[in-house]
Amino acid sequence: MQNGEANVSATAQTSKRVSLLNRLYGLNGRILFGGALVLFIVILAIAAPLLATHDPLRVRMSDRLLPPSFDNWLGTDNNGRDVYSRIVYGARISVLVGSAVVILSTFFGTLIGLIAGYYRRMDGPMMRFMDAVMTFPSILLAIAIIAALGASAQNVIIALTVSFVPHTARVVRGKVLSVREETYVESARAIGLGDTRIILRYILPNTLAPLMVQATFILALAIIAEAGLSYIGAGTPPPTPSWGNILADGRAFLNNAWWMTTFPGIFIMISVLGLNILGDGLRDLLDPRMENNR
Amino acid sequence: MISYLIRRLLGTIPIVLIVGAIAFFLVQLSPGDPAMFYVSADAPPSEIERVRERLGLDQPIATRFVYWFGQVLQGDLGVSFHQNRPVLEGFLAALPVTLWLAFFSLVIAIAIGIPVGLFSALRPNGMVDKFATVFVFVGVSMPNFWLGMLLVLMFAVTLGWMPAQGFNTANPWEAFRSLVLPAITLGYSQAALIARMTRASMLEVMRQDYVQTARAKGLRVPVVLGKHAFGNALNPIVTIIGLAVGSLAAGSAVVEVVFNLPGIGRLVVDSVMRRDYPMIQGILLLTAGMIIVVNLITDLLYAVLDPRIRYD
Repeated sequence: MQNGEANVSATAQTSKRVSLLNRLYGLNGRILFGGALVLFIVILAIAAPLLATHDPLRVRMSDRLLPPSFDNWLGTDNNGRDVYSRIVYGARISVLVGSAVVILSTFFGTLIGLIAGYYRRMDGPMMRFMDAVMTFPSILLAIAIIAALGASAQNVIIALTVSFVPHTARVVRGKVLSVREETYVESARAIGLGDTRIILRYILPNTLAPLMVQATFILALAIIAEAGLSYIGAGTPPPTPSWGNILADGRAFLNNAWWMTTFPGIFIMISVLGLNILGDGLRDLLDPRMENNR
Repeated sequence: MISYLIRRLLGTIPIVLIVGAIAFFLVQLSPGDPAMFYVSADAPPSEIERVRERLGLDQPIATRFVYWFGQVLQGDLGVSFHQNRPVLEGFLAALPVTLWLAFFSLVIAIAIGIPVGLFSALRPNGMVDKFATVFVFVGVSMPNFWLGMLLVLMFAVTLGWMPAQGFNTANPWEAFRSLVLPAITLGYSQAALIARMTRASMLEVMRQDYVQTARAKGLRVPVVLGKHAFGNALNPIVTIIGLAVGSLAAGSAVVEVVFNLPGIGRLVVDSVMRRDYPMIQGILLLTAGMIIVVNLITDLLYAVLDPRIRYD
């Protein structure tokens, strides 16, 4: 980034500053909008007990398959449970699984990426292994892992972490490979700093920007994947509400209860859309070279 | 070109080995003794021991892996617990549905994705581009199984134009109709990805000097776009299409469940429910194998489209 900036002429510099301003306006919009959507879902998850109007687990067969009404805002399901309250509580699973997957896959991915990128000898074996894991379609790998471990929110977290680690490792490694050739890393080595010190002080900070962008996209993918896994019965086991298993319940009642299918999906989409818009905005903010490649 | 091909082929050997190891050890993780699947619940220990010996389960794990991988390379993926037939047979029986679905989805994805990307690159931030941006964001944000359910709700339940689920093999036309909604479901998100990549790649190329030159010497815009820009913008688009083929061929698991299609995805889900480990292992291996082949083809196509790559 710095090299590129040193090369541009004075006029280009001015126009670049103008476009930077323009970009900041556009970006703030996207980051704020995306961030607001994400925040909305997080608040939903945290304040679920306050926001829910009914007990999400209370079965009442006399109330089954009621359309949206004043009492049941988003209708009731085939067991007479309040769909709105189940969606609100379902946000907890999505946010919990999503954040756990992001934290774990970022941690392990960064560790592997740093080692593979910094130590040449480790690069080949480690990245071949990551390539092999990436060869499996992530949802399929996750299904297979859950088949081996059993269906639970905890195992979904493990399965999705394994699927996403290679993506993060690849991003970090790429960044490390370019940063390690910088003169400041060379001088750090010349004055006798140890590898750990160099990695933590000079290399890791450079990977933070791409990691942040990557994290938003992984969160989005993890929320979709959790819902998909729960939908096919390989995720959060019922009766605990998750957006995926509410949709799964709705599948049998497409003919007479459209609300069971429509509303949980809208919430999944709000969170994923928010994350994608946020990630896109962050990417442009943190990596100006991507400006025209959006 | 030949040396590039050989280098690429050699490069896949370690990947294939590691993929095999992952598929093997993943199944070893599963709780319970696989021998129990072959004996009745009240079998005496001696009987269980005999089955363990027959299955080679008394051997060290490394020996078992080498033996198993040798069998796999000869096309023997074991016998499905549930279907009582070789895994490969079960896989091949389910494959056509998934491949047809992937094919139609890809046609939809390319037919929509490339024009949308091209037109939005013509006038960045114009009206078309703004619509395309919304199209792309919604496409990548909508869980495809939910889109599938909405399409069923609309076109099957409400309007009654299309079958809601299942795969009707009565005649080719009915079979095609069974795949229309699933193909749109799967194709939309891929179309969004292709549109995004096409737009980015075109914008990149249109900044190049030779495009400016072509315009400056008075060539018409369509000629410049078609001949000078699009050809050079094709490489990343081919990559994303290659990735789409991979994810379509194997990633349709949830959508096949939505539409109750008897394809590979559905087979995986059923096998998980029935704890049919040989089947899961086999599908994992075979789909990974298919993806390795698709990636190889994508890379070769890359080298054909851009001669510079062969000499790197």
